[in-house]
Amino acid sequence: MMVSVALFGVLTLVALAPIAIALSAKPNATGFVYGACLIVTLILFLLALHSLLEHPAASTITLPLGLPWLGAHFRIDPLSAFFLVVVNLGAAAASLFALGYGRHEETPQRVLPFFPVYLAAMNLVVLADDAFSFLLSWELMSLSSWALVIADHRRDENRNAGYVYLLMASFGTLTLLLAFGLMAGGDGVYAFDAIRSSHPTIATAALVLILALIGAGSKAGLVPLHAWLPLAHPAAPSHVSALMSGVMTKVAVYGFIRIAFDLLGPPQWWWSLVVLGIGGVTAVMGVLYALMQRDLKRVLAYSTIENIGLIFASLGLALAFKAYAMDVAAALALTAALLHVFNHSLFKSLLFFGAGSVLTATGTRDMEKLGGLIHRMPQTAFVFLIGCTAISALPPLNGFVSEWLSFQAILLSPQLPSWGLKLMVPAVGALLALSAALAAACFVRAFGIVFLGRPRSSEAGTALETDTNSLAAMYALAATCLIVGILPGIFIDALAPVVQALASARMPVQTGAEWMSIVPIAESRSSYNGLLVFAFMIITGTATAFAIHRFASDRIRRGPAWGCGYPDASPLTQYSASSFAQPIRRVFGSLVFRAREIGTMPPPGSRAPATLIVHVRDLIWDTLYVPVAAAVETIAERLNYLQFLTIRSYLTLVFGALVILLTVLATWP
Amino acid sequence: MAVIADFALQGAQMLLVLLMAPLLTGFVRKVKARLLSRQGPFLLQPYRDLLRLMRKDVVLADNASWLFRVIPYLVFAATWVAASLVPTFRSGLLFSWTADLIAIIAVLGSARFFLALAGMDAGTSFGGIGSSREVMIASLAEPAMLMIVFAIALIAGSTQLSTMAAFMNSAEVGLRVSLGLALIALTIVAVAENARIPVDNPATHLELTMVHEAMVLEYSGRHLALIELAASLKLLLYVSLIACLFAPWGISSPVIAPAPLLIGIAAYVGKLAVLGALLAVFETAIAKMRVFRVPEFLGAALMLALLATLLRFVSRSF
Repeated sequence: MMVSVALFGVLTLVALAPIAIALSAKPNATGFVYGACLIVTLILFLLALHSLLEHPAASTITLPLGLPWLGAHFRIDPLSAFFLVVVNLGAAAASLFALGYGRHEETPQRVLPFFPVYLAAMNLVVLADDAFSFLLSWELMSLSSWALVIADHRRDENRNAGYVYLLMASFGTLTLLLAFGLMAGGDGVYAFDAIRSSHPTIATAALVLILALIGAGSKAGLVPLHAWLPLAHPAAPSHVSALMSGVMTKVAVYGFIRIAFDLLGPPQWWWSLVVLGIGGVTAVMGVLYALMQRDLKRVLAYSTIENIGLIFASLGLALAFKAYAMDVAAALALTAALLHVFNHSLFKSLLFFGAGSVLTATGTRDMEKLGGLIHRMPQTAFVFLIGCTAISALPPLNGFVSEWLSFQAILLSPQLPSWGLKLMVPAVGALLALSAALAAACFVRAFGIVFLGRPRSSEAGTALETDTNSLAAMYALAATCLIVGILPGIFIDALAPVVQALASARMPVQTGAEWMSIVPIAESRSSYNGLLVFAFMIITGTATAFAIHRFASDRIRRGPAWGCGYPDASPLTQYSASSFAQPIRRVFGSLVFRAREIGTMPPPGSRAPATLIVHVRDLIWDTLYVPVAAAVETIAERLNYLQFLTIRSYLTLVFGALVILLTVLATWP
Repeated sequence: MAVIADFALQGAQMLLVLLMAPLLTGFVRKVKARLLSRQGPFLLQPYRDLLRLMRKDVVLADNASWLFRVIPYLVFAATWVAASLVPTFRSGLLFSWTADLIAIIAVLGSARFFLALAGMDAGTSFGGIGSSREVMIASLAEPAMLMIVFAIALIAGSTQLSTMAAFMNSAEVGLRVSLGLALIALTIVAVAENARIPVDNPATHLELTMVHEAMVLEYSGRHLALIELAASLKLLLYVSLIACLFAPWGISSPVIAPAPLLIGIAAYVGKLAVLGALLAVFETAIAKMRVFRVPEFLGAALMLALLATLLRFVSRSF
């Protein structure tokens, strides 16, 4: 029942595409399409929420579509219900934002038809219950988002981004195809139910896990497969960037969880070693890259990579605990991962909306041309600040809760018996701690450069506040961030059916705890109460403000900034985005990016300008992607000569191929 | 009745840390002055400074936004809440389970996040330099601190400070390598976090190596008073933390009786005096570092703390 209603909603979204094409010449097409998307995704959201909270039993349907002997299977179980909640909440927020933002679109006909299809495809991936419909929906999701990435195709960088994205997406789908092929085995059982009951050998399962990690990981942005993400996510219109970063990466996480925790059966302990290691490295690399960028949307895209790393590290921990049948600890780690999935979808969408509003208001994403927007766009600044605080994992907001749960899970891991994990887990813990601290630095920089200080260009100085629809979407997400931060127990309890299904245990019931604390294991061990921390900070802060204003002084004078007596006449004397990152570039970048600074000072008395040249290399791009691209090009070059043979040579080639194939067939065991 | 007593004790702790914080700062300054054969300011001078600043007008930079005016209250509130959650004279206070040690560190992280933003608000180069260096130092000090928490939490089996203090006070602890490493690392982090020599110099803001004082350069009047008070509270917090984890003697257990509480308070004041004097001696004996030597200093803390954690993972007996 549930699943058929959900499919009907998805069908409505798909049906919006031709309507959008038909309407695209009309001025009110934008409002109609996004309004319809908003309504449908809200319904889907409520439906998913209902089945997550009230209907833990799976609801399935088989449609006579697709492969004739298979049909198309769809299903809502707690895991897919949770991800449907994430997808449709993000989609609804993006649609609401786009009601305002989409009006500034120069070529709406390049966005409107693909947007609902993209939403539908993400829903379908989560709903799919056989390999065929999963892969088909996955590919539809990739292609529709690709179309959105190149919506503004006149810019070279966007076309380039689209090209790299298309290549990486096909590569990812290919590995997933192979993974499902291996799981289906020789008999070709493609329905997930059949895959679940088949028992792959250890070697096959390991190969499937690696393939799934590559396939889903390349979509999610795991290092070193992340290269397309910071190109493609910022290239799309901002509401689509929010969906790609906030939601589509989560669909990829869903793919990995579905395969690794559900379809593959009991995990081997060393799987977790791989996942943990990649997760930890991804977290740190992502945020270090983010700190080096000057394009606001690219900062956000790289920060997505960091958060994906955090999620995968928690998932790896959950796999490790699961492999050793430590179910309670596995439940804790898995809850941390899933809660972070939800949290990240909230604040990353919020931040991309904020970046979109800044882009509309100033026409630029270059942080070095922004500044002082808190005066021109006070409301956007306020919600963006909440997003920055949340993503920096600071209490009392939501990012901290999931991070805290991950750390609690790490503290349970000395009981793991294997030596590899004993050495790996503390190292990953240190990497996660490092990435959290660097994330705070990254978002001090992002907010401080864009919204604080003095405007660095006339566009930033004359920006106007964004429209009400966009603000409503951002306020809604910011409020949700705060609610999850101060009442996390409710959300942890809502995740219980998902965790129960995957880890065969759940975290203790949280909503009954005193004062709405969260207590992962026992109160004497650890507890955190976001509500009280928030309340204490608000109460002491306002009480102090009141007391000081009442009894001491409440007068204010305005004057020029002091700056130690050196007046800074030009806004260019402020710290810029790259100068803010300079200490961190020097500490971490000299190793990770081979960062070098060459400063030349003219001799005293000379009037020549001093120069500073900063070299930052992307080692992963240079050592992995460039050689592969070069190899492909060389091979293509060589093979190109096949195109100009005589007819006799072609006939010989065809004959030779036939002989070889027949020989293979004849000798096949 | 018991509830009222609990509330009263929690309130007493909040007041105690608030009142003791400037005194600790004054004490450290006094000891430092005496070590340099100077007379030094009166012990209670920090209180006078605070009161004087409170009564003065605030001079805001033309470009300062609403955030600039809110941040002193936010930073003060966050630091005060964090400092009140560290056991000082009695463990197991009414709200002690509100935040475990990880959360306390994170609340301090929030305070730092906003203070760094305040540095960038006026749009001067001084504020920017302070903020960018502050976040660079934090990017190493915070992971080091978390690793220290991990190492101690794995020994004590808890991240709850009251439980940790009780465990460290019991006979089960003994001398452990990992605890020693954690103590060294915690000292380094505490020095860096509180902007003390050799990382930063709290007494000046006219050096090119300055961090914290450059960041708050634009603050004046009551805002500056709150930020200075928050800085004192943070120093007190770290001293209390070291005392509570590595010298938990005398902390009263969760009973309500006058004698243990008085002993607890006396012990606490004594510990503050000893650790404050040690800090003054340390600061007098060492020279200020160049700013890019700081990452090495903090990197050492991070490595020691990671080693301590790793030892705990490898064997339970370290």
